[in-house]
Amino acid sequence: MVAETENLVEVNNLKMYFPVKKGVVFQKHVADIKAVDDVSFTIKKGETLGLVGESGCGKTTTGRCILQLNTPTAGTVNFDGHELTTMKPADLRAFRSRMQMIFQDPYSSLDPRQSCGGIVSEPLIVHNMAKSKNEIKNQIEELLSVVGLNPSMAGRFPHEFSGGQRQRIGVARALAVRPDLIVCDEPVSALDVSIQAQVINLLEDLQEQFDLTYLFIAHDLSVVRHISDRIGVMYLGHMVELADRLELYDNPQHPYTKALLSAVPIPDPVAEATRERIVLEGDVPSPLNPPEGCVFKTRCSKVGCSGGDVTMELMESTPGHFVDSCVHSK
Amino acid sequence: MAALLEVKNLRTHFYTIEGEVKAVDGVSYDLQPGEILGLVGESGCGKSVSAMSVMRLIPWPPGKILDGEVWFDGVDLLQLEEEEMRKIRGKEIGMVFQEPMTSLNPVLTIGKQLTETMELHLGLTPEEATNRAIELLEMVGIPDAGSRLPQYPHQFSGGMRQRVMIAMAMSCNPRLIIADEPTTALDVTIQAQILDLMQDLCRQNGVALIVITHNLGVVARYADRVNVMYAGNVVERGSAQEIYHNPQHPYTKGLLNSVPRLDDTVKKKLDPIQGLPPSLSKPCLCQFCGEPQPTLVEVAKDHLAAKCNADPNCEGWFPRDLG
Repeated sequence: MVAETENLVEVNNLKMYFPVKKGVVFQKHVADIKAVDDVSFTIKKGETLGLVGESGCGKTTTGRCILQLNTPTAGTVNFDGHELTTMKPADLRAFRSRMQMIFQDPYSSLDPRQSCGGIVSEPLIVHNMAKSKNEIKNQIEELLSVVGLNPSMAGRFPHEFSGGQRQRIGVARALAVRPDLIVCDEPVSALDVSIQAQVINLLEDLQEQFDLTYLFIAHDLSVVRHISDRIGVMYLGHMVELADRLELYDNPQHPYTKALLSAVPIPDPVAEATRERIVLEGDVPSPLNPPEGCVFKTRCSKVGCSGGDVTMELMESTPGHFVDSCVHSK
Repeated sequence: MAALLEVKNLRTHFYTIEGEVKAVDGVSYDLQPGEILGLVGESGCGKSVSAMSVMRLIPWPPGKILDGEVWFDGVDLLQLEEEEMRKIRGKEIGMVFQEPMTSLNPVLTIGKQLTETMELHLGLTPEEATNRAIELLEMVGIPDAGSRLPQYPHQFSGGMRQRVMIAMAMSCNPRLIIADEPTTALDVTIQAQILDLMQDLCRQNGVALIVITHNLGVVARYADRVNVMYAGNVVERGSAQEIYHNPQHPYTKGLLNSVPRLDDTVKKKLDPIQGLPPSLSKPCLCQFCGEPQPTLVEVAKDHLAAKCNADPNCEGWFPRDLG
């Protein structure tokens, strides 16, 4: 990585609490699900930031908060010098075309009643980016060929495509408005192994071709390691470690990162037999009632770790490598 | 050693509106007592159907086991009366399914579901069965087992539900457990817990295990031997060591090249397999030489790969829809 590139996205102290209500008529606010709790990070122009963590750790919610699809409870999201959280909806609209999303499930994220061409061209029409019918048609053809689909398929409907092809339609739709940032939310986890590689390669090629910045959210650590420049590890709404891709895998510091890495099996029986394994005990606690202090303390393997009186905070241990302060307090 | 399970030339087809789908088309493999076999392949390759056929759990219509033999401990399961087969299911062969939420009955307590099979197969009294159920839950690592018996599946987390499934599969001391994508719905740290547990239990009790999965890493970590399935056929078969370090079939090679590895030292482009798997309702012709049926040929000791009879120089039987 070049040392100083401009930040495209700056997220500061982002919090997203979902209220839990009881009662039918007079709904009483009884608790909060702290999906994202005090997360800060930046995404540089042109880089891929990977977010990993297990289900329910808040990685998808973080992505949605950046796009303002959820209104954060607290914190700021700065996009290319503009503060999004306080922006009026009308002003925000202009920014929507600069940030797009690719969804996980290529089966439910495409309208089954709309043709492939209709799906891809809708963002163009919504954002007034194509004037004439002819222009729209040309754009559709160009987009489809960019993502490796035959332009003659524009009239077909989603059910006529395979899973990998549908995900390509999802990519074309995101690309249509020439965004700067694409949030990829588990873009390959619903696909078969051999198709996954095709889509990953496509995303890499497009990044080069269109200078895209990716926020790549996934639970598959091998895929995230492959595609990302930097990686953030999330656990129960907090970011516990953030570092360059190789640094994170070669020198993980947080016990959760270590356990997560050792839990991923490598497709090689010899390498597997000689690896050090850390198996975490128990389940992830409920985000409705997370542990006080360090959220990881119920599963922490560190000798003598109580984690009760610390606040979760990222500290820079070596340049560019941030890790939760609890690890350093001992 | 005599094989515990020997599947010979199994063919299971489904009759759908689109025609006859050859989900499993001539699969043969064997399993030694106490062995862990990985059955790996992508969706629709026939790995689940081949295991369901062993248990004779293929619903008719639309599916039918057309041909083949399934020898389990000297008995051909396909020739048994339904009555006798029922004594094998759950007793001699246990099963762990993919989705622990849908495979447990939501309106029955965990205790009821655990004790039912034991009362039926082992003839235990309700009291004995309850005691054994507590033992089993403790064995699979569920704390405070006694008070969890009267609870319902929704009160358990995903990992805990899968532990209950494993306890059910182990309850009648089976000699074989078939686990169909046992951890696909679970997070990686929980996946490691569950698979370690299954491996330990099977090794301790000498139970053979068939793990069906699409995850090449899981197979590498846990399996002794591997069957790679593709388009309704076993295309490569051998020890885990052989399959991963000396792959002979183009599909196996392609699969191994298309997954990123956690221990890659240099960032290189992935090398995906071009095209899509073929439709199983049409004849599956090899993309290189047009051969419709593969022949398993020994390429190294205890290592077979699917080759084409028509062309001895063909890389391997590998139908692919390159459209």
